Amino acid sequence: MSDALEVLNQVGKWKASGKGVAVATVITTWGSSPRPVGSQLGVDDSGAMVGSVSGGCIEGAVVQEALAAIKDGKPRLLDFGVTDEQAWDVGLACGGKVQVFVEKVG
Amino acid sequence: MKIETLAALQDSRTKRRAVTLATRLSDAAEALVYLDGATGALAGDTAILSAARRAMAIGRSETVDLGGQKVFLNVYVPPARLIIVGAVHIAQSLAPMATLLGFDVTVVDPRGAWATDNRFPGMKIIQDWADEAFQAMGLDVSTAVVTLTHDPKLDDPALEAALKSDVFYIGALGSRRTHAKRKERLAEAGITEEQFARVHGPVGLNIGAKSPAEIAVSILGQIIEVKARRLEALAGPKVVAA
Repeated sequence: MSDALEVLNQVGKWKASGKGVAVATVITTWGSSPRPVGSQLGVDDSGAMVGSVSGGCIEGAVVQEALAAIKDGKPRLLDFGVTDEQAWDVGLACGGKVQVFVEKVG
Repeated sequence: MKIETLAALQDSRTKRRAVTLATRLSDAAEALVYLDGATGALAGDTAILSAARRAMAIGRSETVDLGGQKVFLNVYVPPARLIIVGAVHIAQSLAPMATLLGFDVTVVDPRGAWATDNRFPGMKIIQDWADEAFQAMGLDVSTAVVTLTHDPKLDDPALEAALKSDVFYIGALGSRRTHAKRKERLAEAGITEEQFARVHGPVGLNIGAKSPAEIAVSILGQIIEVKARRLEALAGPKVVAA
């Protein structure tokens, strides 16, 4: 739970300094997944990150979607996993599947 | 996530108040659900409120399907507390390591020479006898207590007070011989064998730890294990989402 607070606090600091910020949250997992439901990644408009939603395998793709969400303000639901062929490039090596919700803060 | 929501989550954390953030996935509409109330755009949705409170009771975040609307329930429970009795050398490793693990750490020692900001930079320190300090803090089911002083007049009252509460973990530093003597002393104070069995002693996992830092790792390994098993038992078998 310390990481939850770490993400919230950093996101708060980014917002206070006038940055655009998005938060990505693991909302469902199937099989073995590196981070539990509720894990969060905060992203600012320069692409800086705090926290994590995987062991590092999908963060790159999530940051891209987060930057898009900061721009257009729309929430996004992302699926990652080995059964999704298109997501294989950024997929989870461990064979798990995760669903990540991305939304703009503020 | 609204900026007011972020502020409310941080505020709840400071006040050690449990809260669940419900977010509708279609439009990111929110409700902050507390045990005794709710705020936000979805706060009037009784199905969401009851699902959020159930998730809070078992301490597990999840996505639920409520009559066709998918809602993510993110449970924020206050972090587990670790109270370290004895501002000794091992405590100087244990306190920062436990902080890194997300524990809300307090060091308790009535001896002013030991319980100093210099020895424990940035740590919460209470210069008082453990039983007095416990009374002020209020021991609860999300608290762990570890005694490290080796001194019966400091450790024993702490263990006695901890055993009378429902803390999830109690550990006491000391050899098997020390632990056996401790058991005899506490028996005289009215602690039964069954009650005493809650005390982990010699404290920590048996990993051959020698240095203060290694002993801290063995203690934290044991606390993590006890905490995880307890939560598993509370939550029951994991339901796989459809």
